[in-house]
Amino acid sequence: MSAGPPIPSVDTLLTTLATDLQQLLTQRGITDPLLVGIHTGGVWVAERLLTRLSLPGPLGSLDISFYRDDFTRIGMNPEVKPSHLPFALDNRQVILVDDVLHTGRTIRAALNELFDYGRPAGVLLAVLVDRSGRDLPIQADVAGLQLDLGPREHVKLVGPDDLQLVFHQVAPRP
Amino acid sequence: MIAHPRLSSTNLQVDDKGRLRHFLSIEGLNRRQLTEILDTAESFASVPEQSVKKVPLLRGKTIVNLFFEASTRTRTTFELAAKRLSADVLTMNINTSATVKGESLLDTLRNLEAMHVDMFVVRHAQSGAAHFIASQVPPHISVINAGDGRHAHPTQAMLDLFTIRRHKPDFPGLVVAIVGDILHSRVARSQIHALNVLGIGEVRVIAPRTLLPQRVEDLGVRVYTDPRQGLKDVDVVMMLRLQKERMETAILPSGLEFFQVYGLTPEKLALAKPNALVMHPGPINRGVEMSSEVADGPQSVILQQVTHGIAVRMAVMSLCLGSHASGRPQVG
Repeated sequence: MSAGPPIPSVDTLLTTLATDLQQLLTQRGITDPLLVGIHTGGVWVAERLLTRLSLPGPLGSLDISFYRDDFTRIGMNPEVKPSHLPFALDNRQVILVDDVLHTGRTIRAALNELFDYGRPAGVLLAVLVDRSGRDLPIQADVAGLQLDLGPREHVKLVGPDDLQLVFHQVAPRP
Repeated sequence: MIAHPRLSSTNLQVDDKGRLRHFLSIEGLNRRQLTEILDTAESFASVPEQSVKKVPLLRGKTIVNLFFEASTRTRTTFELAAKRLSADVLTMNINTSATVKGESLLDTLRNLEAMHVDMFVVRHAQSGAAHFIASQVPPHISVINAGDGRHAHPTQAMLDLFTIRRHKPDFPGLVVAIVGDILHSRVARSQIHALNVLGIGEVRVIAPRTLLPQRVEDLGVRVYTDPRQGLKDVDVVMMLRLQKERMETAILPSGLEFFQVYGLTPEKLALAKPNALVMHPGPINRGVEMSSEVADGPQSVILQQVTHGIAVRMAVMSLCLGSHASGRPQVG
């Protein structure tokens, strides 16, 4: 287990993320966006963004377990939570929020699930950490931090109260 | 070799990692496994909120409902569950199909297997039928018991427990009464096991002696023959369906007589706790098991049971088919 790259506090990252997101919303003239967090870390980040952007809420939450592309490989996610979008998203601007953007597969699944709820006017992607290692042509519109990590290096958000980013390395397979 | 399959073969439905491979009976499953079914069903319960009421989880899987016995509710909710999971589903009413032409059950199974089926949902009048089929299919196929003879109806029991949990999640503090023909009821058998495994405080059965199995106390229930005693202060009343064909035999006098003593009326329901839930697996014989006043009353959750049946069956289907995954840990 190595120390990994220096990672600023989550609070600092949230400030950067909220500032950049507000700027982007102003630029695009978006006044009443809907926030949707992806379980579990994305919901924690979305809760904080809601406060920092002074949005009225409510917050939506997505669990993408039923939309994953690896069911036949790994089976059911034992930690699956209900998705809950307490609003109609037709013709609304949606900000999809996740903790760490890595392969892009989670976001692919989240977009598919989102469109099963309705037809939003547009979707923006806000992530706390945008790390390297994309498998799909997906990118964040705003990110609190860009990280260049190797395939065996991982960064994970732990919570739910005192949010912290934890770096860890996976040992190579024998 | 397979003269008579054991009805409680625990290892058949669970793999070496404790994952659900088949769902045949509540017996042999532990609290963690049953809770996992309820928790997973909770996530599926929100799918109807979507404007597209389905998820792509079982896309490309083929599920065959093998119904050797008539059923409307169970068959349609299994079908809908499969469709909401994006599986391809085929329902075969076998009494009207090949077996009439003299094809044996095993031949029917082999032919369906040759069509690359991933799951069989089986309802059969004979106890042990689903176990038998599960013991015969190749390892990549899962079998779900949708009711076998007098033995078990495990998805019904799980949807009942799901409904109770949604209203009264404090299981150890609950008193639940099952009322009616316990003797012939596969639903009651599965309910009793599920209620006990999940730690319900007290399980009662209320029935005339002629409709109680011998040594029913051994299943972990308190027995009452008088509903006025049995219903006192219960949190949940689970009525059973009285089979009309049983009334024609000597076991039971008549529907009217049953109703007078055991039928759930507002007066009898008043003996239970004020907010007690009224449940019934359907279809209700109004004026036999309960009055319409109770069936359509504010304490009735009978239609919620139907809705929950879909989510619970989605959970069981996806957990069983998910157990065939190679189990590689997820990265990223």
